[in-house]
Amino acid sequence: MARLNGGPSGRKTIEREASVASPVEQFVIKPIIPLHVGGVDISFTNSALWMVAAVIGATMLLTLSVRSRALVPGRWQSVAEILYEFIANMLRDNVGAEGRPYFPFIFTLFMFVLFGNVMGMMPGSFTFTSHVIVTFAMAAVVFVGVTIIGFARHGLHFLRMFFPEGAPLLTAVILVPIEMISYFSRPFSLAVRLFANMTVGHIILKVMGGFVVSLLGLYVVPAILPFAFLTGVTVLEFGIAFLQAYVFTILSCIYLHDAIHMH
Amino acid sequence: MPQFDPAFFAPQLFWLLVTFVTLYALMALVALPKIGAVLDERQRKIDDNLAKATALKAEAEAAVAAYEKALAESRSHAHRVIKEASDRVAQQAEERNREISAHLAAQIKAGESRIAVAKTAALANVRQVADEVAGATVARLIGAAPDRARLDAAIAVALKEQGS
Repeated sequence: MARLNGGPSGRKTIEREASVASPVEQFVIKPIIPLHVGGVDISFTNSALWMVAAVIGATMLLTLSVRSRALVPGRWQSVAEILYEFIANMLRDNVGAEGRPYFPFIFTLFMFVLFGNVMGMMPGSFTFTSHVIVTFAMAAVVFVGVTIIGFARHGLHFLRMFFPEGAPLLTAVILVPIEMISYFSRPFSLAVRLFANMTVGHIILKVMGGFVVSLLGLYVVPAILPFAFLTGVTVLEFGIAFLQAYVFTILSCIYLHDAIHMH
Repeated sequence: MPQFDPAFFAPQLFWLLVTFVTLYALMALVALPKIGAVLDERQRKIDDNLAKATALKAEAEAAVAAYEKALAESRSHAHRVIKEASDRVAQQAEERNREISAHLAAQIKAGESRIAVAKTAALANVRQVADEVAGATVARLIGAAPDRARLDAAIAVALKEQGS
């Protein structure tokens, strides 16, 4: 398109195209400190850097804000309290009082994903929640943990999950495979939902951004349109960053509920 | 896409484990107890204040009830006092009235008797004056003293005709 509209020289156009990076370049892992232990690559990468940033950011937000222990909370303390009560209520509404011991884990899950998503919105940052291995690892921990809790609470009776009580025995032929597929697809849907949302969102942002930059060099006025669109998408992405953290957490709560109460 | 390159799986998984466990420890041991304590403290204070407010309200209501009771009592007391006083005043007034009217009646009676006495005396004087005037007039007219008995009779008739 840039070539069609024609710059003053063909060379300049080619240079500009090269400067606009590929939309998937933002997902590339770049080692910062290469580390290998026993043949396993555990290099400290840009992904790890932003995980550490999320940990530091979340911890600072939640500890520094309540340092004054004010009776009437200030702005930051309110944020910390709202996050705390948001997850506490979510857990209570979805799991009940039995979910209380898992509150720190659910809260950590939410904060980690939320900070990964939101910090990833910063230009030049890295969104580790856009990596399927990261989201899948978290989803797998939730899935395995929930299954262990289910068996620990109900023993073999937990297998009833795959065949509801009261259903005619003959329906087992259909019901059991369906229930098993739905149960075992949980970690994948959980992982892919977050990964796909973050990846696609960031690709759209990058493509639109590249489009704005390409147009800006040629005509200023038409560039306003994609820029306005980009602005809207950015707002939407912030919403999605929060929403996906919420969805990831509430689904974990629902799975926990199933393990504790069985349907 | 770099996401599907297995070469990046191991380092990400390792650092995910490290950071997630760190965040879990920080949340579970530091941040959440802190925020929880702040929230509990606030809830405790709110409950405390609410209880205090309830107690104060009950106290205020008791005070109002006591005040109203005292008010009603003093009002009835005042009524009683006013009634007693007005009764006493009415009684005294009646007594005084009776006394005064009795006194006045006595005075009137005395006055009447005095008037009666004065009247009798005056009437007697009138008789005497008439007697004398008639005697003198007759003597002047006929040049001789009239008969005493006839004069008396004529005067009596005249006085009777005058009606007094």
